[in-house]
Amino acid sequence: MVDFNLNDEHNMLRDAIRDFAENEIAPIAEQLDEKEEFSLELVAKMSDMNLFGLTIPEEYGGSGMDYLAYIIAVEELARVDGSTAATVAAGNSLGLGPVYYFGNEEQKKEWLPKLCSGKVLGSFGLTEANAGSDAGGTLTVAVQDGDDWIINGSKIFITNGSSEITGFAITQAITGKRDDGKKEYTCFLIPHGTPGFTTKTMHGKMMWRSSNTAELYFEDCRVPNSSILGKRGDGFKQMLSTLDKGRLSIAAMGLGGAQGAYELALKYSQERVQFGKKICKFQANAFKLADMATEIEAARWLLYRACWLHDNDLPFQKEAAMSKLYCSEVMSRVVNHAVQIHGGYGLMREYNIERFYRDQKLLEIGEGTSEVQKIVISRYIGC
Amino acid sequence: MKIVCLVKEVPDSEAKITVENGKIKETGVKFIVNPYDEYGIEEALKIKEAGGEHQVFILTFGTERAKKVMESAMALGADEGFLVADGSAPDCDSHTTAKVLAAALNKIGFDMIFCGKQAIDDDSSQVGVRVAEMLSLGHASVVNKFELTDGKVKVERQIQGGQEVIEMPVPCVITCQKGLNDPRYPSLKNIMAVKKKPRTVFTLDDIGLSADDVGVNGSFVEVTKFEPPLEKAPGRVIEGEPEDTAKELIRSLREEAKVI
Ligand SMILES: Cc1cc2nc3c(=O)[nH]c(=O)nc-3n(C[C@H](O)[C@H](O)[C@H](O)COP(=O)(O)OP(=O)(O)OC[C@H]3O[C@@H](n4cnc5c(N)ncnc54)[C@H](O)[C@@H]3O)c2cc1C
Repeated sequence: MVDFNLNDEHNMLRDAIRDFAENEIAPIAEQLDEKEEFSLELVAKMSDMNLFGLTIPEEYGGSGMDYLAYIIAVEELARVDGSTAATVAAGNSLGLGPVYYFGNEEQKKEWLPKLCSGKVLGSFGLTEANAGSDAGGTLTVAVQDGDDWIINGSKIFITNGSSEITGFAITQAITGKRDDGKKEYTCFLIPHGTPGFTTKTMHGKMMWRSSNTAELYFEDCRVPNSSILGKRGDGFKQMLSTLDKGRLSIAAMGLGGAQGAYELALKYSQERVQFGKKICKFQANAFKLADMATEIEAARWLLYRACWLHDNDLPFQKEAAMSKLYCSEVMSRVVNHAVQIHGGYGLMREYNIERFYRDQKLLEIGEGTSEVQKIVISRYIGC
Repeated sequence: MKIVCLVKEVPDSEAKITVENGKIKETGVKFIVNPYDEYGIEEALKIKEAGGEHQVFILTFGTERAKKVMESAMALGADEGFLVADGSAPDCDSHTTAKVLAAALNKIGFDMIFCGKQAIDDDSSQVGVRVAEMLSLGHASVVNKFELTDGKVKVERQIQGGQEVIEMPVPCVITCQKGLNDPRYPSLKNIMAVKKKPRTVFTLDDIGLSADDVGVNGSFVEVTKFEPPLEKAPGRVIEGEPEDTAKELIRSLREEAKVI
């Protein structure tokens, strides 16, 4: 028999994070967005709740939960604020994930406990100015020099890349040619403070304004051989695998954001009166809300099932790409209708829905655009 | 010290409560830890974290369903959970509830007892004090400041025009008021730990009581019926010249609202 019940831990976690998000994030979200402020105080509070390292085993300082638990956590944060959800999703999927899955024991012992405590964030630098969807187009190179490597190049749009507590960047670079003549990619774990490695915070974002986004620069940056993440030549594989799992957390942001936007629209439509009636009584609005509720429900179970596949060690990559595509596009439709239902007020900063409307757009672009998800899915279905 | 926190399962304050045939309809209602009880748990956890050999226990009396709420309370960081599970719980008045809790407390042992100043569902504000009286313990209710030094408790409570300061030895019962502390959120590690911690479910028999002691049989007070508050009718604006509107206002107060 199919059982759609979540377990007790999932339910407790959802309640706890919903409570936290409503009381600690909601009151400051608009202000942080307005000021483009990355809040270390909020990160510290989230660390106290163990929101970093959810899926990492306890021996490394994590909470040892399954992926579904993590996805519910991101969903609940995104229901209230996209930027905050982004900090947590990137911290886990892009900072912690690669170290845990591909790092050697030494790298794990050094970094995982710090990352799980939330005292340190890691970032994941794949995208470059000329290598976005085409991540293989990386121009960053690493040249071997004795026991060291000398890295030159730059990265752009790197989440958590330049916060005060960022400890390292995992960076993909070309390290030579493989036997088959193709480029060899290797990931390096480069600690902040390494000479030749600098970062610059990017400002002026339309969305995720209180999430930290950075450019990374490597100028004759010398790192020891031991800073290779896992094995030389595994870089591309590591990046693809990280993105496969990362898609689940972006999908969770779409799902949670859609849920939050829908709730805002429903509440507003039950209060706003025009022509002597609550506007939710007009069929044009009621049908929009009915569509939203339906699509959110479909999105939720598509995503949860993808997590279930992952947690049961079954192939989940196709479903993860479908979830990322669908959840972010559901949120796109939901925020569009939700602003429409708010009328002119929906266009004002003062109303939360305005922030949801802006934050949504990233989800169709980051960690593989919607078009790229369709490329991935179409390959899986045999096109 | 064995610090026991009494925890009641109550409907979420945001839940939409409906009444059917004089009874509260519980389907679709979410149940939570009584918010005032969380101040007690927080205070207990603070004592434990300050050092020394302390254990924090959660004790709940409710139906089987209340196990979830006991576990949610444990997720704040308690060491052990106890539930006295009996179907009669909703029919128990404050006296009977206290009787059950006191019997369970005797069974598990205690050095200090915390509970909320009231439950947000029936608002009777009696259970903590009744438990203390039944166990012949000192008590202070509606406490907003708490200190424990060398086996002595010093608490403060707001009274008309000032703060009352009370000192007493442990064991004693404290009922907690908002402002006592800032209850924490459950951490994910503590959520994961709940099922690995001891959780005991008692029957009435286990704590030396029988069906005659509880529910309608054991209670002095019987709830005969619940009624939802009258729904507020929408307001009416009386328009027109002051002379006419004043007349109309007086007429409607007299004839419709029947308040003058
Ligand atoms: C706020 C933010 C945070 C980010 N965080 C990170 C991070 O932490 N780490 C990281 O490495 N990157 C990060 N990124 C980068 C992000 O992953 C890229 O922006 C994304 O992959 C798209 O790349 P691009 O912007 O270069 O667009 P392009 O690749 O130039 O794409 C432009 C358009 O062309 C379409 N397109 C491209 N190729 C094809 C094709 N073959 N078929 C059909 N359509 C195509 C795209 O779908 C898109 O619509 C972040 C971006 C943002 C905005």
